[in-house]
Amino acid sequence: MQTRLRALGGAIIAIALTASLASCGDEEASGHDGTVTLLTHNSWAVSEEVLAAFEAESGFTVRHIPLGNAAELTNQIVLTKDAPLGDVVFGIDNTFASRALDAGALQTFIPTNLSASATGYVLDEGALIPVTRGDVCINIDTAWFAEHDRAEPQRIADLIRPEFADLTVVLNPATSSPGLAFFLATIDLFGEPAESGWMHFWIALGDNGVRVAESWSAAYRTEFSGSGEGGTRPIIVSYSSSPAFTLTDDGQATTTRALLDGCFRQVEYAGILTGAGNVEGAQALIEFLVSPTFQADIPGQMWVYPIDDAVELPADWARFGPLADTVYGPSAADIEANRDNWIDQWTQIVLD
Amino acid sequence: MVAAGSRRCDFAQSDARAGHSRRVAGNVFGWSLTIALPLLFLGVFFAWPVTALTARGFTGVEGGIDLSGVAEVLTNPRTWRLVRNTLVQAVAGTGASVVLGLPVAYLLYRTRFRGRAALRGLVTVPFVLPTVVVGVAFQALLRPDGWFGFLGWQETLPAVILALVFFNVSVVVRTVGGLWERLDPRVEQAARALGASPWRAFRTITLPALTPAIASAAAVVFLFCATAFGVVLVLGGAGYNTVETEIFRRTTQFLDLRTAAVLSILQLAVVVAALIASGRARANRERALHLQHEGITTHSWSYRSGADVATAAATLLIAGGLILTPLAGLVSRSLRNPDGSWGLQNYRALGTTGQGNALVVTVWQALAASLRTAAIATMIALTIGGMIALVLSRRPRRRAVRRALGLFDAVVMLPLGVSAVTVGFGFFITLNRPLGLNIDLRTAGLLVPIAQAVVAIPLVVRTMLPVLRAIDPRLREAAATLGAAPGRVLRTVDWPLALRSLGLAAGFAFAVSLGEFGATAFLARPDSATLPVVIFRLIGRPGAENYGMALAASVVLAALTATVMMLAERLRSQAGEF
Repeated sequence: MQTRLRALGGAIIAIALTASLASCGDEEASGHDGTVTLLTHNSWAVSEEVLAAFEAESGFTVRHIPLGNAAELTNQIVLTKDAPLGDVVFGIDNTFASRALDAGALQTFIPTNLSASATGYVLDEGALIPVTRGDVCINIDTAWFAEHDRAEPQRIADLIRPEFADLTVVLNPATSSPGLAFFLATIDLFGEPAESGWMHFWIALGDNGVRVAESWSAAYRTEFSGSGEGGTRPIIVSYSSSPAFTLTDDGQATTTRALLDGCFRQVEYAGILTGAGNVEGAQALIEFLVSPTFQADIPGQMWVYPIDDAVELPADWARFGPLADTVYGPSAADIEANRDNWIDQWTQIVLD
Repeated sequence: MVAAGSRRCDFAQSDARAGHSRRVAGNVFGWSLTIALPLLFLGVFFAWPVTALTARGFTGVEGGIDLSGVAEVLTNPRTWRLVRNTLVQAVAGTGASVVLGLPVAYLLYRTRFRGRAALRGLVTVPFVLPTVVVGVAFQALLRPDGWFGFLGWQETLPAVILALVFFNVSVVVRTVGGLWERLDPRVEQAARALGASPWRAFRTITLPALTPAIASAAAVVFLFCATAFGVVLVLGGAGYNTVETEIFRRTTQFLDLRTAAVLSILQLAVVVAALIASGRARANRERALHLQHEGITTHSWSYRSGADVATAAATLLIAGGLILTPLAGLVSRSLRNPDGSWGLQNYRALGTTGQGNALVVTVWQALAASLRTAAIATMIALTIGGMIALVLSRRPRRRAVRRALGLFDAVVMLPLGVSAVTVGFGFFITLNRPLGLNIDLRTAGLLVPIAQAVVAIPLVVRTMLPVLRAIDPRLREAAATLGAAPGRVLRTVDWPLALRSLGLAAGFAFAVSLGEFGATAFLARPDSATLPVVIFRLIGRPGAENYGMALAASVVLAALTATVMMLAERLRSQAGEF
């Protein structure tokens, strides 16, 4: 009897241990009506006062959970669609949008305050609402070309010419989201048939001594001459807004520029998750994300353009980092149908 | 660990007073709990998530088992290229770490000299640096215009192996050193007196005695090298892939769980084979050693001793060339202001959220979050890891039980051999209200320290086990014969010896948690990002100021780690009287 009592005591201790482990997280996990949970990629940022104003006005508290890069975020949303991790997702971009839509991970809602410039980007009748945009383009270190007394490339097709051999850095589309974006732009720009179109371009670029980096940060830091970190290559895949960050000391000029002839427009979306616990809060949050207050906060916080073109931009952006007039890229459906196949083909052409 | 351990001892002790049958029952219960709790923990936070995600890869669109991926992946020549790369990288990284680690272990754990504690701390620093930072630091050295550009190693296998050795040499130094410093030197001295050359005495006396620790260290290093991720991405170049990087790509970028599942099983096979080989090597060599107090086993460093001079030279070369050079590059670059002049501007910026508000929190806030998380992770890892080490240190008489223990030993090492991506994504499909608890563990802040603890537990076990196992069982038998209850034997024989390795294990667990990036980056962090996550984020933003901040933050993280390891070192030498 005593032994059994002792065993019981032990079992209680074990359960208590487990429960105490569990209870540590309890206070944070319990979602009562006033909390709306926002899932984002790791680059999410917002000014404290802007978010505080939303919370005060709406009465909802925002609980923010970052979930990796855009691809990881999208895949986690798809994996957990039967038991969503939160109410709203922000950061699924147009290279991955179809995957989330096809999985049925999102429910429709069109905010009444959506700007005119945003409506054209809405996907699947409101399952995904556009919030930011940014152009992925080739960047040139103009200072390097001036210093070496050489002519700059004027368009993307120039990169395969012998005078630009060993000068270009691109990003692996299998691991880098701007890398994928630029690759998609070339598919549209050089087109089909692939043998004389986009594949021809990449074979020629490979033969011309292109370097492939795994991520934008590794490439921009260690390979690109224009970042001032000792890199040696003056041509790189980056954003159209990047030149606004390489200003001369007096801030009156920039030492790099973007080639705007073959850019891919990355659009980042927000949406309400299927099975969201707090739909009302989610709708309020979506309305906040497209509101002029939040839209104006985007450039300084997340380094991309707001989707609302009526919002005023920082002066340096307008001057040194404008968006492209024409952008390239296959349709969302084409991207979803061919993305993995294209990346495999690209890997064979350029890497293997 | 302290609380759980003493509670268990009290149980057993009161049993002793109450009579034989109850003593046996209490003893059985105590051991059952010691086995069950770690199994439950690893089951819920490791085995279940990994199995669930892998199972999805083998489930067809319509449900039911779909094994079509197996043949497809296994007949693809690319798969075998990945396996070959993984093996070459792991074997070379492990071999180089062991060969370079042994002389350093001798110098730091058998001889005494001024500055030894600082040197021990320094050797450990690389182990916990964020892989991203190390990748960038090595790349800066190896590129054509870098200090070592003439080697032509940029984006080659040697570059990857060099970085892996940079990370892992400390595992060898510390694991082997921990045993070596308590190995009775008199046996070797006797061999020398009988005419054996120093090399022969080392080869026939010391090396066999050290084999269990070397095999332990090699197993851990092999797992680290086989599953290395960050450094491989940065230093291997785009054309170089391993099973680990391919699992990551297939899972996170393509959501191709079918291929990822087959690759995970392949990876598991490699890891299990390595563990079996290591277990064999240990079992063949393991025996009770005469463990001695540090005062007897070490001697003052002397220029007259050939071994002292040779190992000092080797250590200088390794510490200077392999460890200090990249660190020096890091520190000197962190002292470059964004405008190119020298100064502390990057360090002053740590109190801000970066150029253009790159961060949500300041670096100091992230540091506080890192410390909080690491403290919880360390407590979990020590509790669970300590229990496992205690169980594994027993040598039961029955063959079947011994076999079961061998299996248990291998199982607790698996977290090091399975991709962090698989564990992290597995969490998302399993930890919504686990075990009937009414909480969504997936988004609870506790998941981050738990994931870090899962990674740290194998290290805790491997650090404590050689010391616990080397306790002469006759000590325990003698105590039992003299009437000591099992709990008392534990407390008076095992505990004082274990305590010495506990400090080291705590230091390791804390350091690993501080630097952990792979799993942490995937998991939900509702409160605050940890320091490595913040560093990664700063590197990912444009602007020289953010890069400078990232480097300064890396230096802070490295300094913090070194301090923690030195404190653990000190704790150990004070507590370890026996």
